[in-house]
Amino acid sequence: MNYQTEDLAAGIRKLASEVGDVTIMEVCGTHTQNIRRFGIPSLLPGNIRLVSGPGCPVCVTSQEDIAAAVFAAGRENVIFVCFGDMMRVPCRAGSLEKLRQAGRDVRLATSPLDALKIAKENPRKEIVYFGIGFETTAPHTAALVEAAERTGTGNLSILNVHKTMPEAIRYLLRGENQISALLCPGHVASVTGSDAFSFVASELQRPAAVSGFEAFEILAAILKLLDMIRKKDPQCVNMYPQAVTREGNRQAQELMDKIFKPCDAVWRGIGCIPGSGLAFRECYAGYDAKKRFDIPHQETEEPEKCLCAKILKGEKNPEDCVFFGKECTPDNPVGPCMVSSEGSCAACYRYRP
Amino acid sequence: MCLAIPGTITKIEGTDADIDYGGVSKCASIRFAEDAKVGDIVLVHAGFVIQKLDRKDGEELQKLVDETMRSIR
Amino acid sequence: MEDCITLEHGSGGAKYRELVEKVFLPAYSNEYINPLNDSAILSGAGKIAMTTDSFVVRPLFFPGGDIGSLAVSGTVNDLAVSGAIPRYLSVGMIIEAGLKIETLQKITASIARTAKTAGVSIVTGDTKVIEKQEEESGIYINTAGVGIFDEGRIPPSQKIETGDRIIISGCMAAHGMAVMNEREHLGFQPPIQSDAAPLGELISAVLRNDANIVHAMRDPTRGGVAATLCEWAGADTDILIRDADLPVRPDVSAACRLLGLDPLYIANEGIILLAVSESSVYSVLKDLQSREDGKNSRVIGEVIQGSGNVAAETLLGSVRKIRMPRGELLPRIC
Repeated sequence: MNYQTEDLAAGIRKLASEVGDVTIMEVCGTHTQNIRRFGIPSLLPGNIRLVSGPGCPVCVTSQEDIAAAVFAAGRENVIFVCFGDMMRVPCRAGSLEKLRQAGRDVRLATSPLDALKIAKENPRKEIVYFGIGFETTAPHTAALVEAAERTGTGNLSILNVHKTMPEAIRYLLRGENQISALLCPGHVASVTGSDAFSFVASELQRPAAVSGFEAFEILAAILKLLDMIRKKDPQCVNMYPQAVTREGNRQAQELMDKIFKPCDAVWRGIGCIPGSGLAFRECYAGYDAKKRFDIPHQETEEPEKCLCAKILKGEKNPEDCVFFGKECTPDNPVGPCMVSSEGSCAACYRYRP
Repeated sequence: MCLAIPGTITKIEGTDADIDYGGVSKCASIRFAEDAKVGDIVLVHAGFVIQKLDRKDGEELQKLVDETMRSIR
Repeated sequence: MEDCITLEHGSGGAKYRELVEKVFLPAYSNEYINPLNDSAILSGAGKIAMTTDSFVVRPLFFPGGDIGSLAVSGTVNDLAVSGAIPRYLSVGMIIEAGLKIETLQKITASIARTAKTAGVSIVTGDTKVIEKQEEESGIYINTAGVGIFDEGRIPPSQKIETGDRIIISGCMAAHGMAVMNEREHLGFQPPIQSDAAPLGELISAVLRNDANIVHAMRDPTRGGVAATLCEWAGADTDILIRDADLPVRPDVSAACRLLGLDPLYIANEGIILLAVSESSVYSVLKDLQSREDGKNSRVIGEVIQGSGNVAAETLLGSVRKIRMPRGELLPRIC
């Protein structure tokens, strides 16, 4: 039997009639994008709601960390290397894109190893690489450090703002809230293994489904979640078997563990979540750009009335915010959810009917 | 987050691999897939192979869907 | 002549003259420019079309073209989509001191070659030299283009009408991806080729045929196809396109997927969009597809009653809104 998306949509409709109001949270920016891009909400019955949690590493990078990036990139003799995602993120101190336009040497990377290449080609400059991302990307930064050590590349440091998912999910789903089930990020799970999300079912008593990114894959995961809700049987199921195993990518996990240790991290719009960040272990502290450049601690506040914190937690929708579509647009973003093209508010703005 | 795209390994040199995405190739690191071989279909994120892909593609997912769909009828 | 351009080359004296006589004249040579008068005296009475554009692209050379070929084809295409036959171009250059003369010669040769292909003459020019702004010396080119109208040819109204079909003449996003690949050293192999090309003859093939009712034509450059469609949708019209019908070369499509970019928003320099009456779709397509540079032409959507929206029907059958692109499109990993 070869099921198509129409079959899944029909199956979802049948299950939805048996379960009452359901709120499914996803915690992955690419899920947010693709759910909107494929018009998936329009295929779901009215009692099934999809909300976006803090799955966008760009969105949740704290204002202080962005200010640190702007500070480092503004320094004479620094070549600042980062992914395109982070370029437009604004904070009170400015943005990397504005620095680039003003002539500072800010370069686009499509892999952290680009920073190593740039460092070797520019021995008299200091190269700073902006390490953003969750468990899918943190191993890459670890590999960059490993390669820098091996080749004795001393003019490279990393502004490390990596974060991890499990503690953030615990923080959001603990206790009383509306979230019925979790759509788990398929590519994070590729690295961590689907077992890393089993706590959602065992500890937090919510069904969890690891999901791929095509329309069929997302709908299949939603179908499975509704089935588990109907049976009142929360499990963690891997619905992305093509790319995810129970144990994940051991080589990536081992290297991450070698270079990083867990630490507390500040998530923009949420605040400090204990144990949700990654810090360099002592022996690699030399690669920490915050130490190398003595970056000053810059206290920054979220604009009042910005609902990003509640939107990230799935408590409010973008349309509920007074700034949405008026003072806050993709052109002129106020908070993190409008900043990244994958942020809830930007996605909602772009794809609204 | 996590844009990752499938491609086929066409060449390996140390930990560097050429990956063909259907019409265009780009280099990626196989630091986390050291047992990968030429011809393997892999998932690439930000310049690194993060997983080898199950060649049977959608078969297993279809089975999982089938289990659920049967229990609905 | 020495290796590099210096400030002296721009100061109007002997060095300037040497540059004109040794680099520009041999390349452009025609009856209008050869006298080296202050103005070129041109023929062509009646309605004329005139356009101007400036080219500041970096890098100067990319697979499939360079700033010179781009300057000519971009200007020619602006004239051609207005329904005119491109005839004369001016080329003004602002060169940063330090640019190798060899580089200038390559660019000039490219201008001459593209002009010949497009059937236009470079009739006048100007050169200034400034201090270089960045580490590598660059060049900025301004063009003005003049075109004439064939007897009886009516320029398109440039207003789409309800019931029109939207036709694209070729594959999207090649130019933007080619330049991005080169500029940001993305390492795609083989390097992505820009589609930059003069399209005057392609457009003539359509406008020559009286059966073809063309309401609007545009070459979708910066902002891609999305920007043109958003500009076209008017107070009482919507445009609906279909994702399944959008043509993209496999290498460009793969590169876009890898970088998280939507081909609809990426610059083109070798295709046109047309809004044609429903009755003339078949004949327009026939005229386009009979040419090598129009072989991938197809209908991608239609104009319906509405209020200025642009939307695309997805592969899933749902509808997504297409909005005016904002800011520089950057690759993403998340």
